[in-house]
Amino acid sequence: MIRSVSTAAVVSAAFALTVTAGTLTTGRAADVPGVTPTEIVLGGDHPFSGPASAYGAIGKGIGVYFDYVNDHGGVYGRKIKWIDLDDGYNPPQAVQVVHQLVEQDHVFAIFDSLGTEVNTAIRPYLNQNKIPQLFVATGASKWGNDYKQYPWTIGWQPDYQAEAILYAQDILKNHPHAKIGVLYQNDDYGQDYITGLKRGLGKHADMIVKMASYETTDPNVSSQVATLKASGADTYMIFATPKFAIQGMVAAAQQSWHPTTYLNNVSNAIPYMKAAAKVGGPSAVNGIITTIYLKDPANHARYAGDPAMKQYREMMTKYLPSADQDDGNYLYGVAIAYTMVDVLKKAGKDLTREKVIDAATHLNEPNNPWAYPGVVIRTSPGFRFPITQMITAKWLASDWSPTGILVDTRSMTEAEK
Amino acid sequence: MHDLAQQIVSGLATGSIFASLALALVLIYRSMGVINFAQGEMAMFTTYVAWQLVQIGMPMWAAFLLTVIVAFVGGVALERIVIRPVERASALSVVIVTLGLFIALNGLAGWIWGFVVKPFPTPFPTTPLQIGGAGFSAQDVGVIVVSLATLALMSLFFQKTKLGLAMRAAALYPEQSRVLGIRVGWMLALGWGLAAVVGAISGIMIAPVVLLDPNMMQTEIVYAFAAAVLGGIESPVGAVVGGLILGVAINLLGTYVEAIGNELRLAAALAIIVLVLIVRPAGLFGRVAVQRV
Amino acid sequence: MLGPAFAVAVIAVLPWVVPSFIVFDLIYVAAYAIGILGLVILTGMNGQISLGHGAFMALGGYTVAILAHAMGWPYWAGVPLAALASGLLGVVVGLVALRLAGIYLALATYSLAIATPSFLKHYKSITGGFGGISLDQLTPPAWIPLGPQHFVYYVAWAIAGIAFLASAFVVRGRFGRALRALRDQPIAAVSFGINPYVYKTLAFAWSAVLAGVAGALFAVATAYVSPDTFSLALSITLLVGAVLGGIATFWGALVGAAIVEFLPLVAQQINNGAPGVVYGVALIVVMLFVPDGIAGGLHRIAARARRRTPEIALESGGPVSAVAVNQPTRE
Repeated sequence: MIRSVSTAAVVSAAFALTVTAGTLTTGRAADVPGVTPTEIVLGGDHPFSGPASAYGAIGKGIGVYFDYVNDHGGVYGRKIKWIDLDDGYNPPQAVQVVHQLVEQDHVFAIFDSLGTEVNTAIRPYLNQNKIPQLFVATGASKWGNDYKQYPWTIGWQPDYQAEAILYAQDILKNHPHAKIGVLYQNDDYGQDYITGLKRGLGKHADMIVKMASYETTDPNVSSQVATLKASGADTYMIFATPKFAIQGMVAAAQQSWHPTTYLNNVSNAIPYMKAAAKVGGPSAVNGIITTIYLKDPANHARYAGDPAMKQYREMMTKYLPSADQDDGNYLYGVAIAYTMVDVLKKAGKDLTREKVIDAATHLNEPNNPWAYPGVVIRTSPGFRFPITQMITAKWLASDWSPTGILVDTRSMTEAEK
Repeated sequence: MHDLAQQIVSGLATGSIFASLALALVLIYRSMGVINFAQGEMAMFTTYVAWQLVQIGMPMWAAFLLTVIVAFVGGVALERIVIRPVERASALSVVIVTLGLFIALNGLAGWIWGFVVKPFPTPFPTTPLQIGGAGFSAQDVGVIVVSLATLALMSLFFQKTKLGLAMRAAALYPEQSRVLGIRVGWMLALGWGLAAVVGAISGIMIAPVVLLDPNMMQTEIVYAFAAAVLGGIESPVGAVVGGLILGVAINLLGTYVEAIGNELRLAAALAIIVLVLIVRPAGLFGRVAVQRV
Repeated sequence: MLGPAFAVAVIAVLPWVVPSFIVFDLIYVAAYAIGILGLVILTGMNGQISLGHGAFMALGGYTVAILAHAMGWPYWAGVPLAALASGLLGVVVGLVALRLAGIYLALATYSLAIATPSFLKHYKSITGGFGGISLDQLTPPAWIPLGPQHFVYYVAWAIAGIAFLASAFVVRGRFGRALRALRDQPIAAVSFGINPYVYKTLAFAWSAVLAGVAGALFAVATAYVSPDTFSLALSITLLVGAVLGGIATFWGALVGAAIVEFLPLVAQQINNGAPGVVYGVALIVVMLFVPDGIAGGLHRIAARARRRTPEIALESGGPVSAVAVNQPTRE
């Protein structure tokens, strides 16, 4: 191989240099890491590359709200420093990034980390080191259920099982003889929905006549839809991420199948519905039922006079002018950042990690400007699902029309324990 | 049986998507003997260009035409700037460079246009059509028709025109072609330009169905590879036939074969690639080649 | 011997001079180095292009994880088994690869890499499906005075050292020359009595063993395995690391590992919005200007510094151009 010392020396030096090039200056840890009289440092990891990159917008939305808060006095005079790194939706990369955030940037807490695999990977490290893992961006139920083992971790959005239970209840009430066909993504996300659906149906779980899964590597879902149609189902559950949800709606229309359709709220943003209508015609989307817990920035009609929406647009225009404001991921980020700031304020001027977790588990936030009106974000030490309220809505012509009342799925979620 | 008819018809529709992308792959392979891992991303990028043009108000057909021209120029430019330095070096260098292109184009598209799924305009009506109880759309028919038209044009070009013959000569016998006065370097660039054009057309036809996002081609391209290999990596006819067969096959396998089910569709497609490469590397329509050790 | 000794000294000292999170990253560098070394041997020395070694890493990682989680095996027992399992799969894939060459092999292995997460999710009763398998942290025994992270670091690099030594042993002499001969002049090699089937399959198997060990290290360092850990990106990263580092030298594996680990982090500093663009462009630029990879380029710089003509790399494995030979004829 190498026969001369000089080459070896050069290579080793290059190796060491490459390593050091990745090293940034190490900050000094404060008494409470991430908190100084002038600053609170929060760390985030989001996918800015790879297949889940659409969700990177959430991290950006958070940045927008923090910029706004900083320009309006910060939190007890402290500005929030938001360090958001790319984890590529990849667990080893996420773990490394979180180590960097904690050990180099000395963040106070990790906020809105995204994805079940990612959060599962970083959860042990954070809990071991007593670092808050706040408001993770995933609806898997384990984030609320596992708190005894992982007390430093808490979720935010309504969990998928509760959402599916809501749909089940709607079916039992309005379509008691339904034959249900389910299109679902073959991972933890889809699986959680199915578990919830079955629980919600209880002894009527046999109403499910066919389930068809798809992989994110499938070219489309028309084959699955054909299978569901052929099973004789007259009720159609779409538990899918946006691209496949749209395809699922379109395929049904193209195959002239018009069942009662339920769509999971991850994919119900208005641009997606419009896309489905554009490709599949109005019959692809009319009458579809979903649940809502946040305001949709693409719904210009409904929120035309809404001061919160106005504020959202002003903030986006000022701090992230190049962004597509109709993208609901930005709004999700703004809404969840509001909760974060709320928690920081409630933890008090004398900020510690224990106090922040305490505030997060004693949350009572009735006025999040971007949550659907009436939603109260609430937790208690024994109940760690902050958002449990949703309202069903039906698609009529050009937007979602809320039906019924805001339902609190809290009792259904409690029953899981 | 409605279900079977539907699965077949849907399979043909999906397969036509594979076919149109596979045509671009075959074109590059014929002109250069390399597989362009960035083909899908190039097609995706040009599709975004088309989208952007429509967004700023250009009429659809004008936007598509301009996009095709941009694609041609872009393909030629990429070949001259990025590929030419390494095409003589080795297969490995080309693989790495095309992978680099793949990553860069994907990131660039995401950076410029974001990652949210967008609808793409289509000139075809949306009313569903039926055949034998199975539903499909005018778009699906459009994809097949355009693929076949592209195929016909490609065949005509390569068989009947002087330029096409020159390109084939440059690919197979570069040294002798130079002696005959053929500008081999520019033939290769031309090949890339044409492949980019076919990719752009493919992207424009596919995007209404699979929806526009920077990652839209990443799985389609794998199926397109499978289709190209199945049909014969050098055969445009094979690309189309391979694509259609593949589309139907994975639907039928996925639906009716329990062991494969819905989860292993992709794996089944890839098993097909491997099997074909082992048993009959020339594919259905390719010529059998002499293999070196 | 001075060269490797110098490297060992640097690696031994690093944890005490760099920040702790860098130490953590360096554990992954060790893992990458082992995996990339496999490609240096398979692709650099033997000319077989593989875009699918992430699959072997997956097998190695999951073997260690399942043995630890389901059967309570300690890691020091699980890792050799992971190596063995990957090696066996490597033999199988290697046999298939005998029928393919050049671009076709790249394509087939690309397919293998893409299919890997699907397979892992499908057999969920064994692999835990999409939830993955969480593992215990590797902690040092009481008699070793090191913190857990430093312990894992030294274990990882010790394993890397063993892997490099073993590989040097494996490719010395006849075996290595046979591999290179099959890459450069296959017909001549065969006529000299070198059995291509045996050597090429063995090269594949050995590279798979190395990748399996790398995957096992990934599992131990992350204390978690999941399908998306072993996606296509990982396979591409291995090959990119090999090529950027210097496809045909052992040093190249080391340099390449450092590059693929730290380049994404550096790219983020340059432009948080588009890390992919920086990464992709960097790849292209390096290939255009330094086709021998960084280590190859440095070798030439050092040789020129000593005013020696760089020997036309006959011994050190040959520059990248030699790989071109192994393509099917298009007649």
